[in-house]
Amino acid sequence: MHELLIPQTNRPQFLLGNEAIVRGALESGVCVVAAYPGTPSSEIIDRFSQLGDEAGVYVEYSVNEKVSMEVACAAAICGVRSLCSMKHVGLNVAADAFMTLAYVGVKAGMVIVVADDPSLHSSQNEQDSRYYAKISGVPMLEPSTPEEAHRMTMEAFRISEKFGTPCLLRTTTRVNHCRGPVRVGPIPPAKGFQGEFKKDPFNLVVIPAVGRKLRLALLERTRKLLGESEASPLNFTSGKGDLGIITSGISYLHVRDALLSMGLEDKVKILKLGFTNPQPKALINEFLSGVNKALVVEELEPFLEEAVKISAQESKLPVEIAGKGTGLIPLAFELDPVKVKSAIGAFLAKGYEQPKVYAAPELPQRPPNLCPGCPHRATYYSVKKVFGEEAIYPTDIGCYTLGVLPPLKIADFLICMGSGVSTAGGFSKVLDRQVVAFIGDSTFFHAGIPGLVNAVSNGHKFLLVILDNGTTAMTGHQPHPGVELTAKGRIEPKVSLEKLVRGCGVNLVATINPLQVKKSQAVLEDFKNKIKEAGVAVIISKSPCPLFETRMLKKKKKIVFRTDESKSCADCKKCLTELGCPAFYVESSGGVEHVLINDSLCSGCSVCSQICDSITPRKIS
Amino acid sequence: MIKELRALRIFFTGVGGQGTLLATRFVGQAALEENLPVLMAEIHGMAQRGGVVESSVVLGSAASPTIADGEADIVIAFEPLEAARALPKCNSKTVVITSTTPIPPFTVTVGQSAYPELDALYKMIETHVASLIRVDANELANSVSAERSSNVIMIGVLAGTGILPVSKTSFEQALRQILPERLLEPNQRAFDAGYGFGAQFGS
Repeated sequence: MHELLIPQTNRPQFLLGNEAIVRGALESGVCVVAAYPGTPSSEIIDRFSQLGDEAGVYVEYSVNEKVSMEVACAAAICGVRSLCSMKHVGLNVAADAFMTLAYVGVKAGMVIVVADDPSLHSSQNEQDSRYYAKISGVPMLEPSTPEEAHRMTMEAFRISEKFGTPCLLRTTTRVNHCRGPVRVGPIPPAKGFQGEFKKDPFNLVVIPAVGRKLRLALLERTRKLLGESEASPLNFTSGKGDLGIITSGISYLHVRDALLSMGLEDKVKILKLGFTNPQPKALINEFLSGVNKALVVEELEPFLEEAVKISAQESKLPVEIAGKGTGLIPLAFELDPVKVKSAIGAFLAKGYEQPKVYAAPELPQRPPNLCPGCPHRATYYSVKKVFGEEAIYPTDIGCYTLGVLPPLKIADFLICMGSGVSTAGGFSKVLDRQVVAFIGDSTFFHAGIPGLVNAVSNGHKFLLVILDNGTTAMTGHQPHPGVELTAKGRIEPKVSLEKLVRGCGVNLVATINPLQVKKSQAVLEDFKNKIKEAGVAVIISKSPCPLFETRMLKKKKKIVFRTDESKSCADCKKCLTELGCPAFYVESSGGVEHVLINDSLCSGCSVCSQICDSITPRKIS
Repeated sequence: MIKELRALRIFFTGVGGQGTLLATRFVGQAALEENLPVLMAEIHGMAQRGGVVESSVVLGSAASPTIADGEADIVIAFEPLEAARALPKCNSKTVVITSTTPIPPFTVTVGQSAYPELDALYKMIETHVASLIRVDANELANSVSAERSSNVIMIGVLAGTGILPVSKTSFEQALRQILPERLLEPNQRAFDAGYGFGAQFGS
């Protein structure tokens, strides 16, 4: 039995925030779950994928977040409870569906989990997704702990179903990836996921006339949701005193830590908000009336602070409100207990001495790196050899973005999923330079296809290299439509990348194995000469992620590569300066510099042996 | 009954692939077995590609799982360079337990920078913290034929020092909770070896 399906016990379970969300959804009778993985939300869909069959829940890895939301909303329209989860930037992709789904609403509970990433641990920006709740009129809950994530997921299903609207559950990395005790409840018996559809086009087909009617209904629903928020036990006050702190999410925990260690538990009143859209105005006013001044503590944008200021102004309350506006709470990056203590110290004009922090001396950096044997490194090496420094290299989102680091340095532009393809076309129109774009296989399915069709139809000129490692590697090896390797062996892909690319209208297409260096470079040379005529060309550089292949096929390595230690590497070291596999290291003996290869790190990919004669294979037992 | 305890913050740092997160979970689970209030924080994602992996366990009255600069009571470093990098988390009362086996980062192996001299590195850490416990975790793991369990050795040392209000039984119980049956035996040996080593530093 999957550990998240264990029946209710007396002892709390030790769950990750994301697992607590899964358990909460199971206890709410969720029947359909769809998502595209994205850190820090990935464990939600991964756990569902592990337990779906056993729990009788339909689970799918959708090709992108918009698709996942549409699949989940169709289920909810048919009276089947559903959930979709995504990282913050995933909600941008799904925003088109989201904004109008808010109008149409749902017949059964539908929860949309959106995971923000303050401090950009694994993301390209740190946008504050809470504003999506505001502009859409969708209710939003914000947990602080795994325990709350569990409880609020259930509450989100209840609210969603009661008001016929999807409900946002907004988390941040520190909540998703916090592990804590959770008291779980019973999971209802599986009902199956057969729904019922009642035809009702004048409420479900959003032509302008329907949209106008639904817009008014949405405003009415928002008014009713405000009442729910005002009365919700997820918003509560604690402590006493004439100084107030208003906070939510992980910041609430930092505030509690700060007050405890400053000895202020009994001098400050806290308003903790868990139901943060619509914001409970009356509750905020009541709180503000009881304090002399208030500090709003939240990460990222002044989302609550603006609401608090509006409340105070509308009620003509003469209360001082501090936070981002007064510069006490930083806008950028995560908060922590020390940052919050400093803010509280300044707010109360009470001296708080920050702990003395020892600056670590200059230490060698340890950046993440493409793994030994990673086929992306081989592709990058060959492309650089053929197209050189002069070409422009738009790139995309995945492990392969690490190609930006030395020695490969083969990434020139990136904004979002799919931008590699579309921006390549734009660059090719305004620059008289060769453009070679990179995109991973999963990212291509996610957001690359429209860009490619656009490039063909508008006569853009560039080479697109699809880095096909057969999996969604970066987020933990989730499947995608082109997968061939599975735990049960090799399968015919459901969607063939090459056929798809040809179907997009690209005529110049080739598939290469990047681990064959000479052959790959020959194809690249050939294509380099033909792009001027062909317009768009695509090379599918296909070789499985070695980590994934080892796990799926239980493949054991049979050879490793070694350098010839009788020769000096002092005058060359091209393997380091051009390829840079992490298995290489430099050692000097007797004044002679050698590049050596770490046996345990070498994956046996053979790429280095094709660029240096003194590297040869050795059989291992 | 949940026990009362002042806040105790443990910061873990290591290199992708060392089992840092499993070790963190081990300590968290042991605290749970002991009925202590506990929260754990992990950072997943890009860090796993050979980069630094950081995590934390907070016990007792601490509400926030985040350990701010200067607020770690204990640092467990699975690699000495990473112990030094964690210095901003420490204060003069911090206990640092570090493995002594260097894993040179790629910037060092290719000769772009030099790995700091170990004795100087330890001296620098020692001048800023209450105590530094050095553990040859790989050697200890080899000595009990548990080559892949250096991470569990380190937690054994932590348990052996008795700094945490968590009994040996709770640690052993936790190990059974987090590991599959087939991996249990070598890891129990590793834990015991670490525990014995740590006990010499106990008060």
